[in-house]
Amino acid sequence: MSELGRLPWGEWRRQALAVFRLEIKKNFLGRRALLLYVLLVLPLLPLGLWTLVSLFEELPGEVKEFGAAQMFATAVFELAIVRFLLYIGSVWIFMNLFRGEMLDRSLHYYFLAPIRREVLLVAKFISGWFAGSVLFGLLTVVCFLMVQVSFGLTEAQRYLLEGPGLGHLLSYLGITTLACFGYGAVFLLFGLYFRNPVVPAVVIWGWEALNPILPAALKKLSVIHYLMSLRPVEPAAGPFAILANPTSPWLAVPGLLIVSALLLAVASTRVRRLEIHYTSD
Amino acid sequence: MSDERDIVLDNVSKFYGDVLGINRVTLSIPPGITSLVGPNGSGKTTLMNLLTGLLQPTHGSLRVLGISPDRPERLFRKVGYCTQYDAFPAGLNGYQFIYSFLRIHALDHATARQKTLDALERVGMLDAADRRVAAYSKGMRQRVKLAQAIAHEPQVLVLDEPLNGLDPMARAEVIELFERLAESGLHVIISSHILHEVDLISDRVILLNEGYVVAEGDIRQVRSEIQSHPLQILIRCDKPAALAARIISQDHVVEVRMHEDRQGLLVSSRDAERFYRAMNEVVLDEDIRVEAVTPADEDVYAVYQYLIGTPRREAS
Repeated sequence: MSELGRLPWGEWRRQALAVFRLEIKKNFLGRRALLLYVLLVLPLLPLGLWTLVSLFEELPGEVKEFGAAQMFATAVFELAIVRFLLYIGSVWIFMNLFRGEMLDRSLHYYFLAPIRREVLLVAKFISGWFAGSVLFGLLTVVCFLMVQVSFGLTEAQRYLLEGPGLGHLLSYLGITTLACFGYGAVFLLFGLYFRNPVVPAVVIWGWEALNPILPAALKKLSVIHYLMSLRPVEPAAGPFAILANPTSPWLAVPGLLIVSALLLAVASTRVRRLEIHYTSD
Repeated sequence: MSDERDIVLDNVSKFYGDVLGINRVTLSIPPGITSLVGPNGSGKTTLMNLLTGLLQPTHGSLRVLGISPDRPERLFRKVGYCTQYDAFPAGLNGYQFIYSFLRIHALDHATARQKTLDALERVGMLDAADRRVAAYSKGMRQRVKLAQAIAHEPQVLVLDEPLNGLDPMARAEVIELFERLAESGLHVIISSHILHEVDLISDRVILLNEGYVVAEGDIRQVRSEIQSHPLQILIRCDKPAALAARIISQDHVVEVRMHEDRQGLLVSSRDAERFYRAMNEVVLDEDIRVEAVTPADEDVYAVYQYLIGTPRREAS
């Protein structure tokens, strides 16, 4: 039997599942979930109103022109969901996995169990990834459908059922999931290295926000570049945008996954040495 | 071989930056009840957190039953730790708190359920099992933490201030539980401010002050090593004056004081063994009827007072 085969995978799987169950409860039903639900409601209110109004009032002709819905959908997805809501949501979810539990002094619950810290880290990460993907995936679907409906019910049906709509939606969902994975790995690491991970998260947010106007070479040093390379519809570039060729999905997806895995590997070495001293005696 | 059975610290130091936690601690702790005693900031919790891997030593090495504390996956199969941290994962009731913990031990549902119920029963919390931990009183939280620490039947139990918040009845029950566990061969390591209870239950004490081990061992042995304070012995008898007259001539006797009711003496001696021998002779010679002979300062309280200073009010 190989070295890998000798490892107690079954035990690790059971332990990870036990952690996953606890964390999922916290992410969906605990106090920490409140901010996430607020974030979800933020775009739904104006978008819902816009959709309602558009159902009863004819939109101006220039707005309803062919492809405008797709452009609007991709703009909402990039600017509102990925760059803003999902980003903040991921900071919140993944920062809380370790740093949050150090602040509320409950992390020792896990640290007193016979579980490898690496297994704990992976289980917590997967629970955060799952929660982020489900919540922001739902948001993506709802926003996408609202945008399509607001441009006409018949057109929306045709686009989704006969056109490329469903494929586009799946692409957006894939990007959402990948974004949660990539940002999740970054913020989990921040949560382990920084007392206040919000500060580096804001710095990274600024860097990601500058991405459209960065030179092509620098664009590639960001998560958003690879995520946006996967968009099914290219939105209109802003007046100051510097264009760069999107990275191929065959490179962007495995690239993001590999970088995230590397970040998790660094995080696992950190968590292995992590100490708990909420107070001195 | 003894390393596999004992808890061994070899020249262990822990610094928080420039602040000393504990310094150059070398100990070997056998099974039984060992109490960590010392004022706030003396290093008791630091020592316990080092034993359980929540902290890493700055210098030195530790082994708990032969296991390094930086291997939690092995350590916590054998160790249960009831911390003084009073925070719990949100939203769990007493049953879920322990059951979920046992599932992280990789136990199956049925085993985890049974062990959870057993542990809750042992600490008298079965009736409150379905109430949220957040709604528990301080004493109930203390007991549910204790249940968590013993649920997986560890060989080493580390308990940081386990009697805090318990009413006298619960204290008595919990102390009885500790004694039963220690009798069954467990290492029970307790830190407590309640010195008279420590005194009653401990097989040995470790006195800490400002990060240093000031003394360790059986309390009588520790007391006998404190040369600066002669041992005080209270003797109740029918002829205290006769006893006093003979005993005062002994060179190891420092002071003899008559009790207010003139039915007893308080003798201070630098050599307890010689004193007891001399007293036996006098008692036989003078035909004295002795009612009681009690060491007056051979307890944790006195040792604490002599080595560290007057304990704070709650330490008494």
